[in-house]
Amino acid sequence: MQSLWTLLNDPNMQWIFISCTLLGLSSGIIGCFSYLRKQSLMGDTLAHAALPGICIAFMLTGTKSLLLFLIGAAAAGIIATFGIGFVTRHSRIKHDAAMGIVLSGFFGLGIVLLTIIQHGSYGNQAGLDKFLFGQAAAMIGSDVLTMSIVSVILIAVCFLLFKQFKLISFDPGFARGIGYPVAFLEQLLMLLMVVAVVVGIQAVGVVLVAALLITPAVSARYWTHRLGAMVVLSGLFGAISGAAGTLISSTAANLPTGPLTVLAATALFFLSILFGPQKGLLAKQFIRLRVKRKLELDQSQLHAKARVAAAETEKGAAL
Amino acid sequence: MTVFWILLTGSLVASCCGILGAFLVLRKMAMIGDAISHSVMPGIVIAFLLSGSRDSMLMLFAAMICGLLAVFLIQTFQQSGIQSDASIGVVFTALFALGVLLVSLFARQVHLDQDAILYGEIAYVHWNVWEVNGVDLGPKAVWLLGVTLVVIVAVIGLFYKQFKLCAFDPALAAACGIPVALFHYLLMGLVSMATVSSFESVGAILVVGLLIIPAATAYLLTDRLGRMIVLSALMGIASTFLGYGAAVVLDASIAGCIVCAAGLLFILAFLFSPSHGYIAKKLRMRKLIETQ
Repeated sequence: MQSLWTLLNDPNMQWIFISCTLLGLSSGIIGCFSYLRKQSLMGDTLAHAALPGICIAFMLTGTKSLLLFLIGAAAAGIIATFGIGFVTRHSRIKHDAAMGIVLSGFFGLGIVLLTIIQHGSYGNQAGLDKFLFGQAAAMIGSDVLTMSIVSVILIAVCFLLFKQFKLISFDPGFARGIGYPVAFLEQLLMLLMVVAVVVGIQAVGVVLVAALLITPAVSARYWTHRLGAMVVLSGLFGAISGAAGTLISSTAANLPTGPLTVLAATALFFLSILFGPQKGLLAKQFIRLRVKRKLELDQSQLHAKARVAAAETEKGAAL
Repeated sequence: MTVFWILLTGSLVASCCGILGAFLVLRKMAMIGDAISHSVMPGIVIAFLLSGSRDSMLMLFAAMICGLLAVFLIQTFQQSGIQSDASIGVVFTALFALGVLLVSLFARQVHLDQDAILYGEIAYVHWNVWEVNGVDLGPKAVWLLGVTLVVIVAVIGLFYKQFKLCAFDPALAAACGIPVALFHYLLMGLVSMATVSSFESVGAILVVGLLIIPAATAYLLTDRLGRMIVLSALMGIASTFLGYGAAVVLDASIAGCIVCAAGLLFILAFLFSPSHGYIAKKLRMRKLIETQ
């Protein structure tokens, strides 16, 4: 406990803590829209696709700045999205297989570039492999600042365009009908997803960053039927997971932030599955029990009525 | 000799994955293959911790249990109303995170690091040999993969008709009295087994590439299931040879290059396939317009 307190007093740690919380918050919010648009696994694909983008950005510039990586990864993510769409539209390959092909193909390319960088004469490459599983403690001041600013921008965009995003999540046809630029909004949402994934990579890692988009949104869905409440809850769950992951991983050496953050989110998911009102397992059991009891009560009342009626007819027959 | 063992290992991985991948692509379960290959992680690590060795039957067994558990959880969540995409995402990230965490906690005991999970160690495959009475019988990985391939070929060969019907028309299969759920889990069990056996050589994530990409390439080249399975395995083997050559030239990860080669073959098939290729389709369209 004592060590935790000293950690929290460390200003560097405070910054990392705040930026990871903000990251969880923004990914949770964007994850809601991708969940409702049935694109949860796109986050996973985009994260894997970002790896070659990051490697190429590093090979071209030789510096490790989050902003450059963001640009490289966003370019790779856009190519990946385009590739998936192109393959599904122009051949008989289905969406899921196209996603798998792009995901593993890009990731393979990323691994090849990563090993070329490691074996080659690029100085200052140490820590690039930290991108695979994420290590929040390895971030430096400017990265933390970039991450926080980008997260805040993501949250702000979602807040400002909430109505539009809500409509294209539930009924894109209607949105088109009343004159919204649906194609533009869909692309924008995809871009926000790419950005969320890329800023998350340094903290959570390429392989697991998709969980930040998926798990909080699914958990939030268990608690409410309203999009507004769902977005707030999902952001909250994401923020808690980010905070918990950073805190636990900083208490001991050799604990990567990514898996801990994901496991924290999974724990929240299990809590939601158990205790969610209406859709949770306990609530369902409770409702079933109540219906059963009501049925039994009704039946016994019915029986009683039938008995009374039978007695009366008997009486009538006797008279 | 080293090169021979590496290529043999790669070809065995490619054949195991190619055969099963054909069914995954047809049943629209490519992402479930992805999920299984991530989910076997905790099983592998726990088996390492219990047995202390990398090549026990326990490992195969524990990993298969984990793979089947993942499939079961995904289906349960789907039935309770979560979208299929999202339930796949929740389950595999959770299990993979658990596996990575266990590796980081017990890294010293298991002689396994995070790099091995991702890249695999196909370049060192010939170091870990199986010796009986001092006779060198070749790398252990080759034996493991060989047994896996025999099991896969035997199961698929025995129940080919059933698997075929389940892949194309599960409703008809159920109506004919085939236990569809049983064959579903059998297929998933085989996928887990292939993933675990390949894990050491190509890494957990690149297995996905060999499961999906060659099968999708074959799907673009033929309309017959039997041919698709053979082509899928052949495409995998071809990418192994191409990839190994590229890796030697570039001094890069072998597994990564193999997947890139598979991706390249897919792009070629996508563009130039005589029946389903992009260019062939465009040409056919143009001819149609001209004749009209």
